[in-house]
Parts: sequence; C-alpha cells; structure tokens
Amino acid sequence: MNLSTEYLGLKLKNPLVAGASPLVDHVDKVRQLEDAGVAAVVMHSLFAEQIEGEAYAESQHLDRWENNFPEADSFFPASSDYALGSDEYLTQIGRLKAAVDVPVIASLNGTRPGDWIDYATQIEAAGADALELNTYTLPIATTLTGAEMERQLLEVVTAVRAAIDIPFAVKISRNYTAVAHVVADLERLGADGVVMFNRFFQPHFDLDELAINPRLDLSTPEDLRLRLRWIGILRDQVKFSLACSGGVHHPHDVVRALLAGADAVQTTALLLKHGLQKVTWLRDELAVWLEANEYQSVAEVKGALCYHRCPDRGAYERSNYLRTLQLWRS
Amino acid sequence: MFPHPFPVLINSATPTYSTLDANEAVARVAYQCSELFAIYPITPSSPMGESVDEWSCEGQQNLWGHVPEVIQLQSEAGAAGTLHGALQAGTRACSFTASQGLLLMIPNLYKIAGELHPFVLHVTARSLATHALSIFCDHGDVMACRQTGAALLCANSVQEAQDFAAVAHAATLTTRVPFLHFFDGFRTSHEIQKIALLSEDDLNALVQEDDVSQARARGLTPDHPAIRGTAQNPDVFFQAREAANPFYDAVPERVQAAFDVLADRTGRQYHIFDYEGHPAADRVIIVMGSGTETCMETSAWLNAQGERTGVLTVRLYRPFDANVLLAALPASVRKIAVLDRTKEPGASGEPLFLDVIAAVAESDRAGQIKVTGGRYGLGSKEFTPGMAQAVFQDLAETAPKRRFTVGIYDDITHLSLPFSTELDIESVDTRRAVFFGLGSDGTVGANKNSIKIIGESTDLQAQGFFVYDSKKAGAMTVSHLRFGPQAIRAPYLIGQADFVACHYFPFLEKVDVLGVARPGGTLLLNTPGGTAKVWSQLPLKVQRQIIELQLKVYAIDAASVANEAGMRGRTNTVMQTCFFALSGVLPKDDAIGHIKTAIRKTYGKKGEAIVARNEAAVDAALAGLVAVEVPAETNAPDIFHPLVPPNASDFGQRVTARMLAGEGDLLPVSAFPPDGTWPVGSTKWEKRNLAPEIPVWDPSICIQCNKCVLVCPHAAIRPAAFPEALAADAPETFKHTALRSPDIKDHRYVLQVAAEDCTGCTLCHEVCPAKDRSQLGRKALMMQPQEPLVAAERVNWDFFLNLPPAPAALQRADVKGSQFREPLFEFSGACVGCGETPYLKVLTQLFGDRLIMANATGCSSIYGGNLPTTPYCTDKDGRGPAWSNSLFEDNAEYGLGLRTGVDQFVVQARHLVGDLAPTLPVDLVERLSIMPDDQQDETIAARRADVTLLRSLLADSADPKARRLLTLADYLVPKSVWIVGGDGWAYDIGSGGLDHVLSTGRNVNVLVLDTEVYSNTGGQRSKATPMGAVAKFSAGGKDTDKKDLALMATSYGHIYVARIAMGAKDSQTVQAIHEAESYPGPSLIIAYSHCIAHGISMAGGLNQQKLAVQSGHWPLFRYDPRRAERGLGTAVLDSPPPKIPLRDYTRNELRFQLLARSQPERAAELAARAQIAADQRQARYQAFVESTQPPASETP
Repeated sequence: MNLSTEYLGLKLKNPLVAGASPLVDHVDKVRQLEDAGVAAVVMHSLFAEQIEGEAYAESQHLDRWENNFPEADSFFPASSDYALGSDEYLTQIGRLKAAVDVPVIASLNGTRPGDWIDYATQIEAAGADALELNTYTLPIATTLTGAEMERQLLEVVTAVRAAIDIPFAVKISRNYTAVAHVVADLERLGADGVVMFNRFFQPHFDLDELAINPRLDLSTPEDLRLRLRWIGILRDQVKFSLACSGGVHHPHDVVRALLAGADAVQTTALLLKHGLQKVTWLRDELAVWLEANEYQSVAEVKGALCYHRCPDRGAYERSNYLRTLQLWRS
Repeated sequence: MFPHPFPVLINSATPTYSTLDANEAVARVAYQCSELFAIYPITPSSPMGESVDEWSCEGQQNLWGHVPEVIQLQSEAGAAGTLHGALQAGTRACSFTASQGLLLMIPNLYKIAGELHPFVLHVTARSLATHALSIFCDHGDVMACRQTGAALLCANSVQEAQDFAAVAHAATLTTRVPFLHFFDGFRTSHEIQKIALLSEDDLNALVQEDDVSQARARGLTPDHPAIRGTAQNPDVFFQAREAANPFYDAVPERVQAAFDVLADRTGRQYHIFDYEGHPAADRVIIVMGSGTETCMETSAWLNAQGERTGVLTVRLYRPFDANVLLAALPASVRKIAVLDRTKEPGASGEPLFLDVIAAVAESDRAGQIKVTGGRYGLGSKEFTPGMAQAVFQDLAETAPKRRFTVGIYDDITHLSLPFSTELDIESVDTRRAVFFGLGSDGTVGANKNSIKIIGESTDLQAQGFFVYDSKKAGAMTVSHLRFGPQAIRAPYLIGQADFVACHYFPFLEKVDVLGVARPGGTLLLNTPGGTAKVWSQLPLKVQRQIIELQLKVYAIDAASVANEAGMRGRTNTVMQTCFFALSGVLPKDDAIGHIKTAIRKTYGKKGEAIVARNEAAVDAALAGLVAVEVPAETNAPDIFHPLVPPNASDFGQRVTARMLAGEGDLLPVSAFPPDGTWPVGSTKWEKRNLAPEIPVWDPSICIQCNKCVLVCPHAAIRPAAFPEALAADAPETFKHTALRSPDIKDHRYVLQVAAEDCTGCTLCHEVCPAKDRSQLGRKALMMQPQEPLVAAERVNWDFFLNLPPAPAALQRADVKGSQFREPLFEFSGACVGCGETPYLKVLTQLFGDRLIMANATGCSSIYGGNLPTTPYCTDKDGRGPAWSNSLFEDNAEYGLGLRTGVDQFVVQARHLVGDLAPTLPVDLVERLSIMPDDQQDETIAARRADVTLLRSLLADSADPKARRLLTLADYLVPKSVWIVGGDGWAYDIGSGGLDHVLSTGRNVNVLVLDTEVYSNTGGQRSKATPMGAVAKFSAGGKDTDKKDLALMATSYGHIYVARIAMGAKDSQTVQAIHEAESYPGPSLIIAYSHCIAHGISMAGGLNQQKLAVQSGHWPLFRYDPRRAERGLGTAVLDSPPPKIPLRDYTRNELRFQLLARSQPERAAELAARAQIAADQRQARYQAFVESTQPPASETP
C-alpha cells in the first residue's frame, strides 16, 4: 500500500503528522514518534508575545534591581550565556533535525509584522523544513472589523512569503466569516498550505475561587466534522496543501480526513492521552482500510468525498443542517 | 544585565585600553594567575569572587591553560582554611575579602605566612565594625593584619590595582611571603576608569613558570612526605621563628624587581616608595591609598603657586623598608605629615605615622625633620583637595598640630584642621557630570554604559563613581562622571559639574541638586507630566540657583517618551540620549550612533523587538527634549518643607534632619553619641512619598479580616476600632464603618493608609479576600494614584494616630487581633513588597514592649538599623524593641549573651526582693519571687502593675539594696529575646554558633528570614538555596538540595521548631511565633521570605509562598516538645500533601527559569531531581510526624 503523500511540497511517507504538543519538546519522544511511524512533526509554537513578555519580565524583575544598592550591583550571575528570546527554540530545531529523518515543521505566533519576519527568518536559518504560522487574534475591540482582521492576516502572509524560501502553512481560526475566501487569498499570496483549524484556550469559570482560568481542553472526535466540511469544500477550489488538525482519534478519522481532501492529518490529543504508539495503529489501520476498500494509495482516496466530487453536495450545505435536525426529531 | 566577558589579551605591543573598575581589573589578573579560589562574599570585594566564578563556569583558562576551580565556603574563616590546605598541597590558591572577613582569615594568615606559602589575598580595604557597621573604606581591616607576616602592597588607583595584582602574584612566588594586596573599597574597587590592560604576555613575564613549579614541588605529598604544623617547645620555637627573617629581608628588593619588569613591559614604573612633587620640597605628605592622588594633584597645584611641597606614597607597607623610604624623600624636607586612614584609639599614633617616626628617628636625619600624624577618610569620608591643602597649610605653620584629623569638624577634642570646601583644582579640560537618579530607574546602568562608550570609542579618559543611599526601596543614586583628554586623578566626588541631571523631579525639593552645578553649566530635568510648565514647577530655591548660576536648562518627560516606545518604567535610555545630546562630550551624531550600537550589543539577544523599542526611545528622546526658557525673576512660592516635622525630637531636628538633607558631612563631632547608641523611631519623620499608587479602602466591601495589615511590609496600612463618638471629629474624607464584633458595640472600624509612607507594593490588595459580589474584580482595597489623595490622607493619618487603642478584647493573639496592636517596626527602608519585614512587624505587635533583638548583619540589619532613620519605635509608654547588631557570624552567640545578661539581672532582682521582703507586702513578694509561667498579655500586665507598685514602695528608701533593686526591677517583667537573621547567617556563617546556642537549652527565640540566598550582598548561594536555582557562585544552578535546618534542630528534642510561610497560612505563622515565645527553652522559626533575588514580581510574593507550600517545596511544620505532655505527637504538619507539581511554583521565578535558558538539559535534570527531593521531603516530614505520635495506648 502506497501511503505516501505530499504536504507543503514535502514528500511524506504517510499523511500522519504529529501536531504541536509538549511531546515535541523532547528529542527522545520525537525519535519514538518517528519509530512509531509518524511522517512529520510540528513543533510547539514560538510565541513572540511570550518572548517579549519574558524580556519584559526580566527587565522588571531582574534588570531593575541592578545598580541600585551599594552592596549589590546585581542579584544574578552576569553570564552572557543566558540564551534569551528565540534561542532555545532555534536550538531545538537543530537538535530535532539531527535526531530524526522526518521533516521538522516549526510553528510561529507573532504579535506584529516585524516579529513574523524576524522569527520566520531565524527559523529558516535554523534548518526547519517548513513553517506553520499559528495565527489568531481575539477581536475584542468593537471597532475591529472582520475585514481588518483578514487584512492583517494577509499582510503577515505576504511579508513572510517575501522573507523565507522554505514552505509554510497558515493555521487559521475557524471563525472567519468567509473561510473559503480567506483560504483562497492565502494561496494567492504565496502560502503553501493551510491547517484547519486552530484551537484556542477558553475561559474556565472556577466556582470555588470565583475566578477565570484559561484552559485548553484536548480535542474530541466531535471536533473533526467541522474540519471535514471545510477541507471538503476547499479541496478542489485550491491547489495548495490542506491539513486537518483537530478531532483525529481513530484510524477512520484519518480516512475521513483524506476522503475530504486533506494532504496531511495532524493528531495530538490521541497521542497525549494514549501514547505515541497509537501512531502505528493509525498508520496500520489506515492501510487496512484502504486495502479493504480496494484503494491502492493515499493519493487515490484523497478528496474522493470532497465537495466537488461527493455524490451529494447538499450534504455539505445548509440543507444538511435542516435534514440533520429532522432526522434527529424523527 | 550587561554581559561580563572575560577579556583575553595575548600580547600587548600596543596597550589595549578598557574601562572597568578595580574589582574587575584585579579579578582578571587573579584569575589568570591562579588555580583555585576559595571565597566568601563580603562587600565591597564580592564582585571579584563573582567574576572568577562566572569565568570559571564559562570555561575560561588561566595562564597555564587550565580552568581554575572556584569554591564558596561558609565563611571567610572556612575560605582561609581551604586556602591554607590548597597552598599546602602546592596549588596557586587565591581569594578576595574585606573588613570582618579579613579578620576571620587572620589565624590562617599567620599559618600561611609562617609556612612561607606563596599566596595573594586581594583586599578591598573597608572599615571594621566598631560603634557602627560601615561598608565603606578605610584601612582598619588591613592594618589589623600588619603583624601576621603577610606583605602589604597598596594600590592607589584602578590602573595600579591591576598592575599591583600582577606584581603581588609575581613577588609572592619569588619571595615565598604571602601578599595582601589592597586598594580602597568602593573608592577604587568600584570606580570605573579607563586603564591599559595587562596582556597574557605581560603576566607571563612576571609570573615565572619555574617559580610556580617550585611552589608546586614544595606541596605536601605522600610521594616525598614531610610534616608541617608541628608543635614546638621552648627550646626551638623562637629560633625557628627567626629562621624566616632572610625571606622578609629580601621582599622589598624583589617587589622592586617585579615593578621593574612591569615597567619594561608597559612603561609604567613604580617603586616601593614613590615620591612626586617639588624636587626641593620642604613639606611632604606621606600617605597610601586613593588619597595619594588627591594629595599629589593638590601638591602640584600648590607648587604651581610657588610653594615647595611633595607627596610620598607607600606602596609596599610590609615589610617596611625605612632606608628606601628615606632615600626617596628629598634632602630638603623639613616637615612631614603622615596620613593614616585608620584609627587606633589609645595609641601614641596611627601605624604608618609610627613607622615613619621610627624611620626618621633612626636615620641621620633625626632632629632635622618634624613629623605629624593625622587621620582622614574613615568610613569613606571624602578626602578632597581642600583637605590635602589644609594639611600642607598646617605643615607651613611654625607649630603644626602633632596629631590631627582632616575632613570633619571636631568640636570635642579639637583635633580637626579647617579646610576649604570650595577649592577646585581640576583641569578645565575635564568635563564633569553628575546625575541624580532613583533606584531602579536604570540611571547608574546607563551611566556605566556611557563611560564604556566614551572610554572605548574615543581617546578620552573616563572615570565613573556611583553613590547610593541606604534605602532598598526608593533609593537615590548619584553618578559622578568625568571625561577628559588627560589622566583623571580625582578620587573624590565632583564638586563643580558642567552637567547636572535630575532624573527624579521630587529630589529637587529634598536635596540640593544644584549645589554641585558650575556657573554656566547645563541642567537636564526629567519632568513627568510634560515639559510645558517646567519653570513654574521648580522650587523657589532651585529657580534662584538657576538664575544665579546662569544655567542652561533642558527638560524631557522621560516616562512618557519611554512609555510611547514600549519601555514602561525604564527611562534610562531616554535620559542617556539627552546627556549625549546636551553635554558635548562627543559629537551628537557620533554619540547617538554609539548608543544604538551599545543597545544592539546589550539587548540583541533579547530580540529585535526589545532592540527596536530602545532605538525608538533614543529617537523619541531627541524629539522630546526641549530647552526651558529661564526668566530673569523667580515666580515660585516661598514654601518651606521641613525634612522632619516640628514635633520631631531635638536630636531629630539637629541631626537627623541634616542627614536627610544630605548635610551629614557638615555635622560636628559633638552631634553624635560616642558609643553608637542612637535614638529609635525616626522613619516616621521621613515622608518619602514613594508610591505611585496607594490602596483605597471600600468599607462597604471590607470584611475586617486585617490580613492586609498583617502582610504590609512597611506598616503603612493599619486598622483601628474606636468609640463611635469620636467619629464626629473625623476629617471629612476619613472613612469608617461599623465594627463587626458580636461583643463590642458602638465602635467604628477603619483601615487607614499612611499615604506618604506606603511604597505601593500592592500586597494588601493582593491578599484582600473581600470582593464586590457583583463585580468580582473589585476588592475592598483597590490601588489608585497617590498624588490626588495624599493631601486628604495626610490629615486622615494624623487623626488616625490620635485614636485610642482598640479595645483589649479585640487585641487577641491571632491574625486579626494581633493587627489591632500597634506595630513597633514601621516604614523601614526595605524593598517594595519585602517578604521579610511582615514577620518582624508581627513580632513587634505581639511582644514589642518587652522585645530584645540580636540581628545578624544582612538585609534585616540594613533596613533595621541603617541611618539616617530607623524603623524600630516605641509605644505610648515609651517601650519598644531594643535592637542591636553585633556581627554577621556571631549573632546567635550574641543573642545568647543578651539572654544570659538579662537572666543575671532577673536573678539579682529576685534575690533583692527576697532580701527586702520584710519591708514589702507579703503577697507582692510572693508574686515577684517567681517569674510568671505564662506570658499572656494579662499576666504581663499584672506583672507590670506589681513592678510599678514595687517601685513606688522603694522610691524613698535609702537602703542600698532598695536603690539597687530600683535599677533592676524592670527585669522582673519577662523579656523576650529574639535572635534574627537571614539564611546566610543561620545556614552558613553562623551555623556552628546557632547550633550551639540552640543546644544550650536557654530561652532564646531564633527567627530565620529565609530568602534562600544572600540577599543583601547580591544573590550569592547559601546552603538554603534550593536545587536548580541559579545564584551567584551557582551560575550553573545549585545541584544539591537545601539544608533542612528544621529537621536538624528537631534532633535535639528540646527545641521548639517551626517552618512558616505567611502567604500560605497566616494563622500558622502567628500561632508558631506565639508558641515559640511561650516555649521556655530555645525555639527556632524558619520563615519563607520571598525576595527580589528570586527574580519575581514582588506583588506575587505571597502567591509564591502559597505555591511553595502547595508544591511541597516548603512544608509548614511545627515541633513542640510540650505537646508530649498533653499526650500528643510532638510534631505537626500544618500543610496538606502537595497538590501541585514543583514546576508550578518554580516557573514563576527567574532564579529557576534562567537555567532553562542557559543549560536547558541541565535545568530539566535538576528540575526532575528537585521534584524527587520535594517528594522525599514530604515523605520525610510525614514519617517524622508519625514517629512522634505516642503509642495508641497513650493517646488520651
């Protein structure tokens, strides 16, 4: 069975990509992922905001106490070896590249256009095979329009495209008013693919403390269907890569994503909850299903049930919603 | 943080210049010439130890291609022992120290010298603690070593400190005599100068490989064994002691030989005595140390006026070669003044003076030269050209003073010479700039950066010196910078500045900022709120000075400029840019380019965004800088703001107020107590107005828990419960509400903030549990800008202070009740949000009126007893904590001494009561013949009443025993002795003494304020530092767990022990302190104290305490031997098993996070081990608690 696929111009031995998670922080875990059969790994995001925050914290809690007291010029060793900002992240790219053969995809979240370019350039120089732009904005301001948000996103993509040569995907929110239009624009401006969709921390209301804590819940299988819809709708409308991220918990979920048209399928929650070896299960069962259904390759199944190729396009559209409700009632 | 790279120079065909201070210059040489460092931090030598540790961690190599090892000991005594052993083994060992640290090394200095080990100890000369501690300079410490057998080599400047460091390392090898190389603490150790660096080739020319090999060959080894350290009897000891004489005789010549090698390599020729001045001088000053340069410059100036003066500086003080000294003196000399920077009370003269006297007396010039002796510069007292001139002038008198002081006004013994404060002999080519900054605003850091820019980018010479005040929060920093084409030999503060910058506008009210301004100079002001109305905001005095001095005035709203550039609170880059734009030291565009280069160098690793923000701040500064038009007339109102209030004591008015005004130098000797005894309770006079925001109380939300009061580090928020009737007289804005009490009616409750004393730390807001139910983000205490509130709150505070004490029933010894008691520790100079001071405050609230405190040197002694104002105060009856500091290392023993002293008086008083029993009421005698079993408030009150009655009964008695008992009667009220200090004292330097004192069973209470690091001296590792934390001397993260002092103490069985963390469980804190006090034997409380040295947001300090407990890092624990009497287990765990991983605690602290950036894998490994250690700690405590449970059958 030929499980190979092409994602962001990278030849992958199968469509399974380990999504961004703490697993990728450890070289030995990444080796285990590779051994288990994963075809590529996505590193956790380098958050420009976090780097700036750390620098600010350092300024507030470290630099500000320097040269204040006659008996203490400072309170920490003045080593020039303290790596700051992106150093650790960039070093980790090198470590992973040296440790595994599968492509290493870095991930980046910036706060302003300059950050995106700077860090994307550094990531490219550090040897990443590709980059995932982890984009999100919470439009709290009542003056911020959807159009403006889209403009900002496209500005970043344009800038990054001009700055780096390695392929990059854009991981987007599901909350755009016109997802298809946005994705088409991303392709037009030079992105090599799109990852659908980003998952966000959501506020957790703590009734004991009467406080709100941010919390990221792992995905559930129910999360998959939204991804399938949009990958299916877009598959034949764009040519660049589509990756499914969120809700892949079973080999059949992988098959579903491929049927919708995904070039790659990211999985994270499953591995965190049940262990790295589940990659092997996904891969082997994918092969079993393909064989049982007389497919010769992943390429053959890819997009077979996408919007333009499915037997009933209405299944993707609004009527689907109505009919579902009717079915539920009956 | 500026990187601190190790400068490696292989050779120096042309000299390489660098701008650095003497500590760095000396450390650099020492590092290259040594194989091992055994060190212990002490001001002002600590930076040398820190530098060699950092270089060692980075793998930098010494002259022989090896990486020296750096080992920190528990004290200087320990370091000296290690050094002796390392030398005995034949290694090139080295160390750095000062002051009391040097004294602790003296026993081993004798040994090292007696065994002729080549060794160099670099010393930043510092005062010894006598009537008071001083971290500043004189030669008292070094002079205490002149009899040890170590050679004493003195450097006068930063350049000399580097050069003589190398000469010392060379000469000790050629002479086998250990060298104590010293230079003036702070004045030289911390002065930044542009110097020519010695290269590796220079050092190799001085420190010969053969000499090193010979020293190694003398090392003790079983391969060719010898024995050292024998015990010698009267038959041989004396002769053997004399056998070393030839080695000492050879020292002067061999030191001179090393000086000559140095001269061949560098062109800098030194001699063991150097004379500079008129070749036919009739008057000469003999001096050593930084004062030499002042004397030489003054002599040159006088000679230019036609006088014949000169200066002889002593470089090699021991062995003292009188012949060379005399040979260096011109034959024309008729009068010599010898200046000593030390004091030997009762001696016929100070040491150098006596040496010179003897040299002259034994020479053929005896009778031809008159020699006088004077003291100068004790405790870093300034030594200026005016003072040097005064010495020369006095020598010109027919009968000069035989003994004198200079630099002070002695109106008691009249030894002082009058001197000019105006004399300015500096070259007009030297540009002088003085900057007044607020601690933490980055002014000093920016100025150090400016010196480097100018020193290393131009041919100009540069000098920087920095003065700090004694406060840890809201300190004033004053930077003195000189730049010029010629060598700068001015080791004294700038008196006449071309450029004056005031980075903190309120200083204009409090300090004479323009007292240092030269006529026609430039004044730069940081003016928050804009630059439009600067002139009208200036105080009248400042307006007058500007007009009279014809200053050019510029202003910038640096905070706004910094904020717009995204650098909130960091105005240093903005002000630095303005300095370069205005001062003309460098062409403006060049200077801006240099600043931006420096920014990229400093912040490049922190990311482009940080660089961009700093660069934006530079550009914005240039745009925001405006010239202020100076009118011909003043227009400010004539308002006088006294520095202490009119109701301050006479001493406060005469002495404290002048010290606060920066005029302490002008106070005469008669102003001071002769024995270091100082009045208490003066911080309340010093309204510092530090808080940008203060807590504002909403009575409608408040639940009256008093937790905010408990945690306030500065006692700046206080409650009261007062009769309702008094509310009628309250000021209009004075808020109060009905007291929540089931028992006490008709009372009002108030939480009042001392708006001018609050530091704005926000801990009260953070701890406040009371929230608006419909707006959960709103608490009963919310921070609001201070400025609009301060006038009304000043009135409210005065009203509050006059309210009666809360009803006694409210003043229970629990969290809430204790806070109704008056704190007798207030408004200290501790850091904003300090984690230590709340413990001390509650101590004074519980037992303050009968508290005797022994305080180890460290943070708590600095905020507790650093002048000009002190925080321990008295209650309405005049009682309060009796606080004192002896030393760092002896605090436990010192406290034991206080205890035993008090106990002696108790015994005597009780005996006298017995002796006088026939004359006293029987029941009174019965009560007073025993000390109370319990020390409850009611018991103490009854005891005080008995003592008052006793006094009244004895008042008119003529019986000598009655008179004696009157002097002792107060001791019949139990005194509470507390021994307080940090972890550096308790875990390290004072560990042995603490252990012994606890073992004695005497009734002392020990409070360890555990910040897990040496906080006062700048974050050096202690044995309390946790695993994985980065600290100085543990740059690679501490790889062992902290010592468990609590469990160790429990091993005795008779000691009350507790671990507390106020932020985690305040009720346990108050309970433990109370139990410790009531325990009739020794008690030990170890208090978790968050600290700026943890690299945290201090507003989150209490939360970190909570996380420390929740994660198992800091189990809350009590061990009370009395519990067994009640059939209970003696140990109790007051915190539940850990419910969060250790990382949830450590990730909020830079001390742990920094390692993850420098060595992520090691950080991960240490974090994993630390988690295991925390788990084991919990298990250990759990097992211990269970082991103390009585057998089931004994349980009641």
